[in-house]
Amino acid sequence: MTVKQISVFLENRSGQLKEITDLLAKKSVNLKAISIAESNDYGIIRLIADDVDFAKDALIDEGFVISVNPVQQISVPNVAGGLNSLLSKIAEAGINIKYMYSIVAGKDEDAQMIFKVDEPEKLEELNL
Amino acid sequence: MENYFQPEFETMPLEKIKELQNEKFMKQMQHVWNDCPDYRRKMEQSGVSIDDIKSIDDISKLPFLSKDDLREGYPYAMLAKPLSECVRIQSTSGTTGKRVIAYYTMHDIDLWEECCARALAAAGATNEDVVHVSYGYGLFTGGPGLNGGSHKLGSLTLPMSSGNTDRQLQFMTDLGSTVLCCTPSYAAYLGETIAEKGIKDQIKLKAGLFGAEAWSEEMRRDIEKALGIKAYDIYGLTEISGPGVSFECSEQTGMHINEDHFYAEIIDPDTGEVLPEGEQGELVFTCLDKEAFPVIRYRTKDICVLTRKQCSCGRTFIKMVKPRGRSDDMLIIKGVNVFPSQIEAVLLEQGYQANYQIIVDRVNNSDTLEVQVEMTNENFSDDLGKVNEMEKELVAALKSMLGIYAKVRLVAPKSITRSEGKAVRVIDNRKI
Repeated sequence: MTVKQISVFLENRSGQLKEITDLLAKKSVNLKAISIAESNDYGIIRLIADDVDFAKDALIDEGFVISVNPVQQISVPNVAGGLNSLLSKIAEAGINIKYMYSIVAGKDEDAQMIFKVDEPEKLEELNL
Repeated sequence: MENYFQPEFETMPLEKIKELQNEKFMKQMQHVWNDCPDYRRKMEQSGVSIDDIKSIDDISKLPFLSKDDLREGYPYAMLAKPLSECVRIQSTSGTTGKRVIAYYTMHDIDLWEECCARALAAAGATNEDVVHVSYGYGLFTGGPGLNGGSHKLGSLTLPMSSGNTDRQLQFMTDLGSTVLCCTPSYAAYLGETIAEKGIKDQIKLKAGLFGAEAWSEEMRRDIEKALGIKAYDIYGLTEISGPGVSFECSEQTGMHINEDHFYAEIIDPDTGEVLPEGEQGELVFTCLDKEAFPVIRYRTKDICVLTRKQCSCGRTFIKMVKPRGRSDDMLIIKGVNVFPSQIEAVLLEQGYQANYQIIVDRVNNSDTLEVQVEMTNENFSDDLGKVNEMEKELVAALKSMLGIYAKVRLVAPKSITRSEGKAVRVIDNRKI
């Protein structure tokens, strides 16, 4: 399933991440997943929110630099080797994963992973 | 049809200008010799008497004045009229030391405001215009100068002063401001804010006069695009009078100096020798008819070229061609001359905005240069590799422009303070 991910430019200094979570909390945006990629002085924070357009507007209004991109959400069986079998299928199809992170799952539910890949159409075709 | 405020002076034949300058200069030297003890002492120390000055051609015999001279005599340096005849003071910001206080008689205020009116007229302003002055009012000459110039021209004057951007935009849209006067960095900020608010269709501006800071051609184009105007440069300094010492006309190839009031020379900054027209050097001004604060041969530290090439606007006043930067602003980093305007040009070229800060430091006896610039939506991407790539490109472009390595630090938007007066572009932490 394709979902929209919001990426926010972040300076590498204390309190920057909290500025974003403060804002989203104030606007009652529910975060489903969050991940951070960092370089020396700055980073990119990636968010999956329940209401993407609302969260996006709230961030833009506050002056954050953002970009919205499609990513793939795939469910992973909540059993040993679950992720491994999924990754095997992706590897066999010759799809390159740029990054991935997980969505918080309930106790007995299947885990949900977010994937950024170089060939999303091919991943869709796998029907995972 | 070119728009003038005082065509009888602005288009005066060169011979007449020279005659007028000579006449005013001789009168001024008598006034200074008799009424300005500070400069008389300076002349005597250099072994020059009033009798040695037979015409304006003898000006090179006279000693120079520097900012330090004006600071030393604080608060009455170069005062040449009794305070009872003075009606106003203005002052420099004093960021680099003691303030310089400039005194004005009513005559001095009038000539200064007329110079500003000429600048406004050259930008197309008439009594039909609404002139929006967002320079600071107070000791800073920006606000009072353009305010007075706009009065002289008969334009409706909005004395907005700096700051409170929401109120600025409210008046700008409600009253239909047509001419904007402020610093170039504030003009750029207004442009940004107008775009953010999506109110460009309500802005009626047609021209802007921007001075008090060095700005690049790239920045001019950006401001012109963002505000939908033609942007004119205006130059001045408190020591000489304030804004309007020189101004750009429609040709935009340099700024016409109001030569009937201010005599300009270009000197070699190292030897003090007067250089011929067309050569680059330090700009030196002599006030030909200011009464209270008649500064003679004042070294501006501004580097430029003077030219008498005929101008399509019809003005005959000599032009100063935009300095690459004030020699004040010039940084020497690892022995290399660096102008903030060069850095700005690179940033704009690479798709960043002119919101930046330059931080110079000395680590282990070696200079370091860091350029902080705000990330923009256009340059941002979800791909960390691409952002790294952009940063590397910027570092390479800076290196090729400056000849030295500059560390680049991308910072969050709006994290660099916007200027309402002069932008603080450079933070030099070196203790030398």
